[in-house]
This record gives sequence, C-alpha cells and structure tokens, in this order.
Amino acid sequence: MIDLIKKDPDISHYKDIWVFVEQTDGKAEHVSFELLTKARELASQRNCHVAAVSVGESVSHLAEDVFKYGAEKFYIIEDEVLKDYRTEPYRDAVSELVVKYKPEIFLIGATTQGRDLSGTVATVLRTGLTADTTKQDIDPETGFLWMTRPTFGGSLMATIFCPKHRPQMSTVRPGVFKAIPLDTQTNGEIIKEKIDFSEEDIVKKILKKVISSEGNVNLGFFDVIVSGGKGIGNKENFNMLRELADLLGGTWAGSRKAVELGYIPQTRQVGQTGQTVHPKLYIACGISGAIQHLVGMQTSEIIIAINTDKDAPIFNVSTYCIVEDALKFVPKLIEQLKSMQSIRRAL
Amino acid sequence: MHALVFIKQVPDASQVRVNYETGTLIREGVPAILNPFEVHAVEEAVKIRQKFGGKVTILTMGPPQAADALKECLSRGADKGYLLSDRIFAGSDTLATSYALYEGAKKIIELEGEVDFFFAGKQAIDGDTAQTGPGIATRFNVPLVTYLIKLDEINLEEKYVIATRLTEFGQETLKVPIPVFFTVEESLNTLSHSPLPWLIKAAQSKIEILSGENVDLDKNQCGLKNSPTIVKKAFTPEKKQRGATLTGTFDEVVNQAAEKVAPFLNDAL
Ligand SMILES: Cc1cc2nc3c(=O)[nH]c(=O)nc-3n(C[C@H](O)[C@H](O)[C@H](O)COP(=O)(O)OP(=O)(O)OC[C@H]3O[C@@H](n4cnc5c(N)ncnc54)[C@H](O)[C@@H]3O)c2cc1C
Repeated sequence: MIDLIKKDPDISHYKDIWVFVEQTDGKAEHVSFELLTKARELASQRNCHVAAVSVGESVSHLAEDVFKYGAEKFYIIEDEVLKDYRTEPYRDAVSELVVKYKPEIFLIGATTQGRDLSGTVATVLRTGLTADTTKQDIDPETGFLWMTRPTFGGSLMATIFCPKHRPQMSTVRPGVFKAIPLDTQTNGEIIKEKIDFSEEDIVKKILKKVISSEGNVNLGFFDVIVSGGKGIGNKENFNMLRELADLLGGTWAGSRKAVELGYIPQTRQVGQTGQTVHPKLYIACGISGAIQHLVGMQTSEIIIAINTDKDAPIFNVSTYCIVEDALKFVPKLIEQLKSMQSIRRAL
Repeated sequence: MHALVFIKQVPDASQVRVNYETGTLIREGVPAILNPFEVHAVEEAVKIRQKFGGKVTILTMGPPQAADALKECLSRGADKGYLLSDRIFAGSDTLATSYALYEGAKKIIELEGEVDFFFAGKQAIDGDTAQTGPGIATRFNVPLVTYLIKLDEINLEEKYVIATRLTEFGQETLKVPIPVFFTVEESLNTLSHSPLPWLIKAAQSKIEILSGENVDLDKNQCGLKNSPTIVKKAFTPEKKQRGATLTGTFDEVVNQAAEKVAPFLNDAL
C-alpha cells in the first residue's frame, strides 16, 4: 500500500473538481452523473475544471457518458486486479491518482462502495472527509467548499469546511442532485495511469457474489417504497404491500417492529439502524412514526401515511394523511389502480 | 485469540430534541447509550471467544462518563475495557479520532498482545459518518471488511476468515487473512442474555484509563486544532408541516389516494 502521506504544507497547487465514477461490472452508478452535474455548477463558481476518475478492469467505455455530463478529463486505471471492488487495491489506485494530479475537491457517491472507499482514501491522504452531504456551495470569499450534512439522525444540520487540507473530500447521497447532460456533446481527454501491484499483493479474495436476492436490497435505488409496520398484522398481509409496490414500480420495506415480528428481513428495515431512504414516494402503512423510523425516511419527496390513529406521529411528516385501516384500504387502492391501469392501456 | 472492539458512547439520538428558536440541540436529560451497532460487535467478539478461547478487549475514546458504556460491554462478556480520555482529544474530527484510537490500540497491543480481530460498528448513530473504523484499519494496514453480516468460517491455525458483507447489489463472501478489521451490521447476530456471573464480574471490574501521556502521541494530529474539518455552523432543518388529511367516504379517500400515486403507475407490464 502507499504510505500515509504527510500533510501537504502547500495546498496552492491543488486545482479542479474531481468526481469518482463508481462502476460495477463496467456499468456506472447514476450518482456519479448527479455529482458531475453538481461539479459543473461548483466549477463555474470556482472558475476551474471538472474531471472524472474511475478505476476497474475496463472503464474507458464510460468516457462518452462522463464527458456528456461535463467532465473535461477522465483519469482512469484499468487492470484486471481491479475487476471487482475491493477496498485496498481501489484505495491504492485512487490515492495514487489524487497524489499525482492534486484535485482541490473530490466528490464521491455515498453508496456502500463510496462510503467504504472514501474513509480509507481520506486517511491515506490525511485530509478531511465530510460524509453524506446534502448541500454544497463554494464560499465566494475564500473559495472553500461548504458541505452541509444532517447529524443526529436529521435533527440538526451542520455546515462543514476543510480549509487547510487538500483535496476537500465529501460523499453525497444518491438522489440529492439531479443528473443533467450537457446540451452539446464535448469531447474530453482520457488520461491513463497504471498500478504497480498485482494480484499476489492483495490478500483479500472474493469467493462469491450474490446479487440481490429478495431479502437484500438497496432501498436507495427505488423511486417508490411501500413500507409496513406492526399495524400490518402478519407476514402474509405484507403481500398486499408488495403488490402495491410492484404496481408503482417500487419496492417494499418496513419498520423495526415489522422486522422483530418476523414480517420482513432486517435488510429491508428503514430507519436509524436500517437504511436511510429518500424516494419520490414513500407510503407508510401501519407505522406509528417513531423518531428512529422518521430519520430514515423523512426526506422523501411525497409521504403518504395510512394509520388508524389520527394522532400517529407519522402524520406530522406526511404530505397526505389517510386515517383508515390499512388492511382494508390497501386492497381497495390496488383495485382502483389496476382499473386505472387497464383504462390507460385500453386508450 | 484476541479481539479488540472499538465502541462509542452516543446520546440516544431518538431522545434528542431541537430548540427551534435557538437552533440548538436539547441534550439535557438525554441518556447516553452504547452505539447500537457496537452492541453486536461485542456480541460477535464474545461468541468467537466462547468458541476458541482467548480474550475480548474494548477501547473507547471519550469523557470519563464513557466508562459506563465500557461497563456495559463487560456485562455482555468482554474481558477488559480501556478508556482513552484526555482534553487533548477534545473536538477531534474523524481523522483525528482514528489517529487517537490507533495510538490507543497500539498501546493495548503492547499491554495485552497482538490482535486477531478488530471490530467496530458500521457507524455511530450521532454522527453517522462510518469513517472511524475504516480510518483505523487503514492506519494498521489490515484488510477492511465493512457491513459484515456473517462470519462463515474462522480458521485460527491457517489464520484466515471467510466473511460475508452487504454490498450495493446483495452480498459478497470474502476470504481474508487474520488480522482483519470488521465494521458490523445489526443483522450480524441476535443478542443473548448475559449470565449472572458476567454481570457480577462487570460490576466489580475496573476500567483502565489511558491519558494522552500513556500513549505515544504526535500532538500535532490531535484534537480540534489539528482536525482538517471544521464545523462552520449548525442549524435546525425546516420543521415539516403536517400535510392534508384526505377526507370523504372510504371510496372517495381511495380515489383521492389513487390519483396521488397514479403518476407512478408502472406501465411496463
Ligand atoms: C436504538 C434504537 C434503534 C431503532 N431503530 C429503528 C429503525 O431503524 N427503524 C424503525 O422503524 N424503528 C427503529 N426503532 C424502533 C422504534 O422506536 C419503534 O419501536 C418502531 O419504529 C415502531 O414500529 P411500528 O411503527 O411498526 O410499530 P408501532 O409503534 O407499534 O406502531 C404501529 C402503528 O400501526 C397502527 N395500526 C395498527 N393497526 C393498523 C391498521 N389495521 N391499519 C393502519 N394502521 C394500523 C397503529 O395506530 C400504530 O400507529 C429503534 C429503536 C431503538 C431504541
């Protein structure tokens, strides 16, 4: 591994904004394009350039998209050792690029991979890292990046900056910024580098990869989440929530009580000790809205809650409140949606 | 077998309230708890010890009260708790925290012997950064396995583990040599009840305190002054307003709800 570098005393030669383009099996994560779009805006304020960086077995084919979303340069390392994501070789490859080319700002998606990578890269580079930011601005006076993030489960927001260390690093949750391609296609420059290690140097081996069986799912990918709590009553009743989710092109999830009662697997739990989600539509059925649940979903765009208790705290964060028995309401809603769907198809 | 678990005492985030007038957190009367993910880290370390023998050591950095969280770990079966506590660490960000804990852990290795398994929770519920564990692993240059959900096999003779972690798309199973650093998910294990002797032992044991003087520190990497990130301001998010209650007969409410969600209807069938 490359040694932990000493803090660079001269930060004036760090320039430009980098975005890490995360890929799996050669397919880029959408969040990377969201970040490139944001980087363009920051770069115009900072009067600097936007570059993308990616490492993997084969990533050069991503260049077209990367340039389409505003990168002017694309730094890459391609090597079969980097085929699957593993912390240590990815850390070393990415750190080498940063040490060599010295970006001023480095943005990474706050995905499972991005969170794993950013913490270790920032430690190697001995710089500051602000996780899960939801807002980014350039301070017009100093040119520093202001990074805003929720803390204490969303009860408090903090704006953080990193004045003396470079790059200024932060991770950004998927879905926070919109991905907008450039109007005109521009061509950028691809810069290829090499790594100086081989498979023998890497102690960690991947034995098996399992792609999302129904239990394990990244809820963050879905625009619609239909979620259930204790009020759903039993595991079988969850089938109606799954059906509703299917109809809406989304997925299903639940509260911790739903997990504890065995209705759903823990990997589908939303909240403080589960996943944090911010879909376009979150439908909460039979969920009371305990603070630990709210912190995981209250930033959803539209929240619809169905609860028999008109004073349930979930209603305090809901866009639409439905005071009904979810077990009666959801089947009717499904029926209604299905008939709307068949009318649409018939027309 | 020696497992070292890094833990954090956190305010119970669910009981923290916000003063919307002053834009500050109301922390009075908020109980401090052991970070929920670390409860599972301790549980797993103790399970390994029950199977293979050896010991489980706990390290935390914090104010003197953090000793309570260490006591809880002891009552869950850990053997010894160390508290790294000094004003010099006050205000540390994640980089400075991982540095301090790294130096603290080096001291523990000196006192208690080499470590096979490092454990931490996947993140702390107050800061939610998920950076400190990876930071310490990087400093030790040991392989890092984040989001651990299962330890499939432990082979102490041949010094490797087979471990399963969550990924964006499902899960992956890794073969990793010992020593290794895990950050753990809640689903890693279910908590067991502590037998009475553990509780008694925990009540009687004393926590070892390490100050800045006891560990080999580069003071230029410690505390607020040497943290790269600085909090510029803290503020309360806009308070959400309760939205419209859909009213009318049952069927009318169903119709209104259907209209609201209709834009999402999946037409790809
Ligand atoms: C450290 C810690 C971490 C936690 N982490 C999480 C977390 O990550 N996620 C999480 O969700 N919780 C978490 N919790 C638990 C949380 O405090 C709540 O206990 C939990 O969210 C409640 O789940 P619930 O809303 O399903 O159940 P309840 O609170 O029991 O609510 C059930 C609701 O269903 C309604 N209801 C009943 N029947 C019907 C019906 N037929 N139709 C419509 N509504 C009906 C009731 O009015 C009630 O509001 C955590 C707790 C702690 C201490």
